[in-house]
Amino acid sequence: MTIVAPELGKHSWPVMATHGGLAARLDALLGPALIQIVEHAGETTAVVARDALVPVITSLRDAPDLRFNQLVDICGADYPDRAERFEVVVHLLSMAHNLRLRVKISTDGVAPVPSLTDVFANAGWYERETWDCYGVMFAGNPDMRRILTDYGFEGHPFRKDFPLTGHVELRWSEEHKRVVYEPVRLAQDFRSFDFLSPWEGTDYVLPGDEKATAK
Amino acid sequence: MSSLGSAGAAWTADDTVDVLPAKDGNEIQNYMINFGPQHPAAHGVLRLVMELDGEIIERCDPHIGLLHRGTEKLIEYKTYLQALPYMDRLDYVSPMCMEHSYVLAVEKLAGIEVPLRAKYIRTMFAEITRILNHILNTTAHAMDVGAMTPMLWLFEEREKLMEFYERVSGARFHAAWFRPGGVHQDLPAGLLADIDAWCDGFPRLLDEMQGLVADNRIFKQRNVDVGVISKEDAINWGFTGPCIRASGVAWDIRKAQPYDAYHLVDFDVPVSNDGDCYARFMVRMQEMRESLKIIKQCVRDMPDGSHITDNRKVAPPSRREMKRSMEALIHHFKLYTEGLHVPAGEAYVATESPKGEFGIYMVADGTNKPWRCHIRATGMAHLQAMDFLCKGHMLADAPAILGSLDIVFGEVDR
Repeated sequence: MTIVAPELGKHSWPVMATHGGLAARLDALLGPALIQIVEHAGETTAVVARDALVPVITSLRDAPDLRFNQLVDICGADYPDRAERFEVVVHLLSMAHNLRLRVKISTDGVAPVPSLTDVFANAGWYERETWDCYGVMFAGNPDMRRILTDYGFEGHPFRKDFPLTGHVELRWSEEHKRVVYEPVRLAQDFRSFDFLSPWEGTDYVLPGDEKATAK
Repeated sequence: MSSLGSAGAAWTADDTVDVLPAKDGNEIQNYMINFGPQHPAAHGVLRLVMELDGEIIERCDPHIGLLHRGTEKLIEYKTYLQALPYMDRLDYVSPMCMEHSYVLAVEKLAGIEVPLRAKYIRTMFAEITRILNHILNTTAHAMDVGAMTPMLWLFEEREKLMEFYERVSGARFHAAWFRPGGVHQDLPAGLLADIDAWCDGFPRLLDEMQGLVADNRIFKQRNVDVGVISKEDAINWGFTGPCIRASGVAWDIRKAQPYDAYHLVDFDVPVSNDGDCYARFMVRMQEMRESLKIIKQCVRDMPDGSHITDNRKVAPPSRREMKRSMEALIHHFKLYTEGLHVPAGEAYVATESPKGEFGIYMVADGTNKPWRCHIRATGMAHLQAMDFLCKGHMLADAPAILGSLDIVFGEVDR
């Protein structure tokens, strides 16, 4: 790989050296497991096959010219329009080469994702968080409890179809002398303002516009 | 046993069986305790379920999420500007450093250029925030192991730093002052001189505080060789910031991937090889001195110019301009209703917050709201290693280890 020093001070955000040929190197290393490489905003994303996640991350960790030795983060993302609606995003950092990489896989929420707990010690909680928030199962994680939500919580709150206000609310009941859970009752309707400019970005019919074509 | 047996009936064979485990059904069970959720040394709402063998911690299972507010979900329903104040409420001990990652992520995705003065201002306040955070952590850590005085002494200095916050933003904590493109308001007159004067006086107090605890026998007994983590383990457990530098890894994002004006200032990165609670404490103490160096350089080199970008699609026009120009008024209205549009794409931006790597993974879909904004919390990785660090230690070591990891639940639970 050819390493080009960053241009310091040009931007405000963190800058790092450009590793020319990283895409070709990943292609050679990962082989058929690699589906796509996306370069955006100076960052590299490798979309890989779900079943090959563990060998992919292991080889990225162990390759001497890459040495992605730290798992920075695992998180989920929800794209309801896609056939496989969930993405699991893994961020890796190579301290030796000062390099970051994002590895993505997609899943439908039913098929389990291979767990990275045997590759990195800190994968456990990140996978629990992804399970808790998105309902993506990780096969091989020895401790798949919920982590962020309440004890006895139902549903996966960060899914796009989960309402922002949730389903239950809790209050102290003077009558029962304990905290009770009740269905959410909104004193006024949930307000979601659409501030997008009608001249750009919207794809719905503006109120009144239908009269022009109805006749 | 032969001598005891001859002595008489006081000590029988049956009695010795009783204290041995798993003979004739008399099993000795380990003791389970709940540390928290409301415990003064739990640094917030942490519930540690601990399995104890006598006073030795066999297993430690942190239950987090008691402060979970769904920040990431809330952000998806807000415009980029409306989402910014949520950042302050993550790590409420270092609010501006939380904002820093967020505004840099927006700037990166939208390609916003920032004037040099704004970069210097943000660098300076990021370092003020670092001192603010380290004062709380080092003194609270000292108090967790029994030293009360450092907190009483240094919290006055913390108050002075929060006055600087108040003078620039109007708020002592939740500033919401870093904005995409710069900072919201320029520095008030005389602030730089006051910050400079404060920087001259602070090292004396730091020396006094360090003199109280650093060589104190009790403090050392509670911290040296407690909660040791090796270089390899620290990397493997995802440690960052002072915690990984205390384990001998010279890794600092301010040096490795400089942002804002960090490439223009000269500072050292303190590193220790011990990896114990004492090393983490001392690395933070030394970092405060390095932060002072950075602040002094920022004060000295602060250029004139604009505090925020003049791109009116990103930053609002001045009040003066709005009184005269129709276009400025429209820009102001559009910016505070519709907000700025960020082109579709995704980016991960991490900064060196006082606790370590604090990252924002943002997915933009081209509208005025983020599609996904994941917050990479520093403390989550550190707290996850609690079981690893505590195993085999005494119960009384748990608060020392917890204090040295610098956990704040606003950030861990999000």
